[in-house]
Amino acid sequence: MSDIDPAHLIHTKIWQEEPEPNNPFATRAAYCRGYDVFGEMVGNARWVEMLFLLFRDELPGKAALDMLEALAVALANPGPRDPSVHAAMCGGVAGSSAAASLVAALSVGAGRYRGARDVFDAMTAWDACGNDFGEWDMHLRTLPEETIDVWPRREHPPGFDPHGISTAGIVRQLLDRLTQIGSSPRLSWLAVHREEVEAAAGMPLEMTGVAAAAFSDLGFAPSEGEMLYLLLRLPGAAAHALEQERNGFRRFPFYPVELQDDPVNKEGA
Amino acid sequence: MNGPELLASYEGVLRTRVGACWPGSRAVFRGHDLHKQLHDADWVELYLFGITGRRFTPQQVKLLHGIWVITSYPDTRLWNNRVAALAGSARSSPVLGLTAALAVSEARIYGGGPGLRAIDFFFRARKAIDQGQSLREFIEQELASRFIYGYGRPIDSHDERLPWLADLARSQGLADGPYFKLAFEVEKTLAELGKPSLRMNYAAMTAALGADLGLSAREFQMFRVPLFFAGMPPCLVEAAEKPEGALFPVSCHGVSYEGVGKRPWRDNSE
Repeated sequence: MSDIDPAHLIHTKIWQEEPEPNNPFATRAAYCRGYDVFGEMVGNARWVEMLFLLFRDELPGKAALDMLEALAVALANPGPRDPSVHAAMCGGVAGSSAAASLVAALSVGAGRYRGARDVFDAMTAWDACGNDFGEWDMHLRTLPEETIDVWPRREHPPGFDPHGISTAGIVRQLLDRLTQIGSSPRLSWLAVHREEVEAAAGMPLEMTGVAAAAFSDLGFAPSEGEMLYLLLRLPGAAAHALEQERNGFRRFPFYPVELQDDPVNKEGA
Repeated sequence: MNGPELLASYEGVLRTRVGACWPGSRAVFRGHDLHKQLHDADWVELYLFGITGRRFTPQQVKLLHGIWVITSYPDTRLWNNRVAALAGSARSSPVLGLTAALAVSEARIYGGGPGLRAIDFFFRARKAIDQGQSLREFIEQELASRFIYGYGRPIDSHDERLPWLADLARSQGLADGPYFKLAFEVEKTLAELGKPSLRMNYAAMTAALGADLGLSAREFQMFRVPLFFAGMPPCLVEAAEKPEGALFPVSCHGVSYEGVGKRPWRDNSE
């Protein structure tokens, strides 16, 4: 029993902890959605099973687990060219804290260009358009009028590459591989209609577009897909940050600058 | 130019008008030598100059200072301050705690979101009036279609910060702008429309003053970034002085589990 004010309680459907008899702040047993985490799940459950359980009550079938795991492998490292990893490396190379490097990756990787907000927007589009090419055609040809938001306005249809010419090989490979794993109505539809929707968008599909379709097929809401996209891309950011810390700043680009408004030039004018 | 050609044209070089530094020599800040020309600048003025490329008068800078000062509340219970304080309690680094606290301040129901939507509301109201619509019609339309940010406050509709900020604006000769007047007209109109609880809050008054200073919505969004900042370090400092983990400790009894009951883990061997 406890005399805690009910107004001070944290309410959750996800996690339950039972205290040690001698210390209410030490956990004797922890349950996730009713499953004994340390007594039964650890050593028996897959990482992706835990991920699913954190977001929903019931575990999906094997195909959905396999798809999320495949997607997690695909997203684990955006590579050092990606802005989010570049940001993490800027932390690592100068010896910033580990968390700072990951915060840098999260912040830069959160946006509407190749980032998690693009996934959110694309998943919202899937909710609106479904597997209806007519709806997609209309959606992709006009950027919607948006209420002002903390995010900058959209500059391209979500899920597509504004600088692309043709669909990148890794995007095609991921789309093909995920559609082979199991029931995936949106991914399968996208695989069949990819060229049509790319023509409507005027640009090729991007990794965020495939991830958005996959998260939608897995039953995640746009806000959940946005979180998972942020989360699943962190391992690469961490590894690259540490690698650059070892390499040192002298082997990391510090680009030349062309200053176009230099007071020295004004003095000379 | 577009596609990969566009990206290639930007590769390997920084072309910039905002500035650069040459360690051991000099630094340039938006076309000015930082040390020769701006070394004694007020920090807020420099911050605004960095955002907008425009210079602000001492009176305007004093008002902008005040906007930050008047809402610097070191109450550790507030969600953003609590983040800073939890970082102190968990013995994280100050910069991680404070930047995280700033990041969460860009929220939907307080801070960054309402501020941005409030200034956007005033710009749209002004445009509608300029196009011949009455303010009353515009507000009715807004009430029907969306929430009006900048008016109303969840706990107490009276905003204790407003008289102080309004006094400051008056003392600096900056209380006569069209948006500042519009902010009060909106409050009056809302009361006439049967919404007396939708009284002006800090987001609306700061947005109106920002608009009168010529800030765009995005410039105002960036100006507001450190809005609550001065209230955060005290929360972190005090939490760091307490025993580690002693800020808002939650015992197992402090969590109300309302989910699925206990069940055995499935046989996963197949």
